[in-house]
Amino acid sequence: MNPRKDLLDIQSLTDEEITFVLENAVPFKDLFRRSVKKVPTLKGRTMLTLFYEPSTRTRSSFEVAASRLSADVTHFDVESSSVVKGESVLDTVETLEAMRVDYIVVRHKQAGIPNLIAKNTAASVINAGDGWHAHPTQALLDGFTLREVFKDTRGARCLIVGDIQHSRVARSTSLLLRRLGMNMAYLAPGSLMPREVPQEVAQFGNWTDALEWKPDVVYLLRVQSERLEEPFFPSAAEYHKNYGLTDARVQILRERGIYLMHPGPVNRGVEITDKGMDYERSLINAQVENGIAVRMSVLYWLRPGA
Amino acid sequence: MAGAVKRLAKEICEKNRGARQLALIGIHKRGVPLAWRIADEMRGMDCTEVLVGTVDITQYRDDLAMMKMVPKLEGSDIPFDIDDAQVVLCDEVLFTGRSVRAAINELLDHGRPARVQLAVLIDRDGREFPIQPDYIGERVTIGPEERVAVRFEEVDGDDAVHVQTSKAVK
Repeated sequence: MNPRKDLLDIQSLTDEEITFVLENAVPFKDLFRRSVKKVPTLKGRTMLTLFYEPSTRTRSSFEVAASRLSADVTHFDVESSSVVKGESVLDTVETLEAMRVDYIVVRHKQAGIPNLIAKNTAASVINAGDGWHAHPTQALLDGFTLREVFKDTRGARCLIVGDIQHSRVARSTSLLLRRLGMNMAYLAPGSLMPREVPQEVAQFGNWTDALEWKPDVVYLLRVQSERLEEPFFPSAAEYHKNYGLTDARVQILRERGIYLMHPGPVNRGVEITDKGMDYERSLINAQVENGIAVRMSVLYWLRPGA
Repeated sequence: MAGAVKRLAKEICEKNRGARQLALIGIHKRGVPLAWRIADEMRGMDCTEVLVGTVDITQYRDDLAMMKMVPKLEGSDIPFDIDDAQVVLCDEVLFTGRSVRAAINELLDHGRPARVQLAVLIDRDGREFPIQPDYIGERVTIGPEERVAVRFEEVDGDDAVHVQTSKAVK
């Protein structure tokens, strides 16, 4: 496979590239069972995480992935409170250029910042989430997880539940799972459903209708606590009752053998309950483990300067 | 080729008599069918029981950044404990010794074998590392611009050994 310099979104990937990354992630995951969980593949390379938005999970997942490839890992501290303008992002990139890092993992609340950085550096840039736009490694790890569950993902049905409109996870994951031949549906309050939903994605406003669509997987999105304050957003209790995975709904999932996913971190009592967290067909922990393997596979494929 | 494989099997069998655990580990790609064939031959002889595993050394290569294409990973499969085992690495051609260096490094990340030996179907000139085989099927003397290509029915559809000039290979 030809190497690429950057991973910025799912849209620009070919089917062959998606398959390449997902299939290579399998031998990387196999390493986790060995006594030495590390390979020398990226020895002498440096990966830097540049997070303008806080995220412990994604960042540590990338850091563990890079460590297991023997790359050196550095974090560039950005004050999360400061409003960062286009110019200062590029100033930062110039500094990083001088440090000669090989991989830059970026998260920013503004869509398009990773693309801007990618254009201005020889380093490989990985988008770890930009605004509502994209979160490609999340999508790839979700795809990997479902390929482990279903021998053939084609025709499997996945229902994404929550704030679709403001979710880069929904956007990237939905796109990737469709590329793997899955059927997708959204369940969201009207105010949180995007205005333009691709024609092939089914839309529902309540659980009863959504469950009649017979999903094989229910994918809960995280409710951003700051959004609960917004005028069009339901209150936490109201959200839970109408759109959350209540204990009664966990029981329905169990009876029908439906798998459960969530990108983390969860809000117990809002989109999920304690019983939901203990659900035996939950893939949430598998998603975390697979995230490391898939990110290793992405780092293996990308090539600085390519 | 059959004769060379039989010879390798016989020698490995004799030199490892009484070994507590004996494992043949094939180096991807064509060391794998070689390991299986040697193991099959050994099963017909009066030998210690032999296990078979595989290593894909791609993650341990020293030339990844120089390669134009990123190789697809096949994965290693060693479904047994190699601690204290007698391990025989198998590869179809020994040339520079770099693959064997990578394979030894990988092996040591799986465990601590009692001893590591090397079996090759073809031994040729051109070593870049101080690595020598313990078991040799055939030895050939050819120039640095020439390449030995071994084909196995399991991977290539037929059994054959060709010597090509590197221009013809490209």
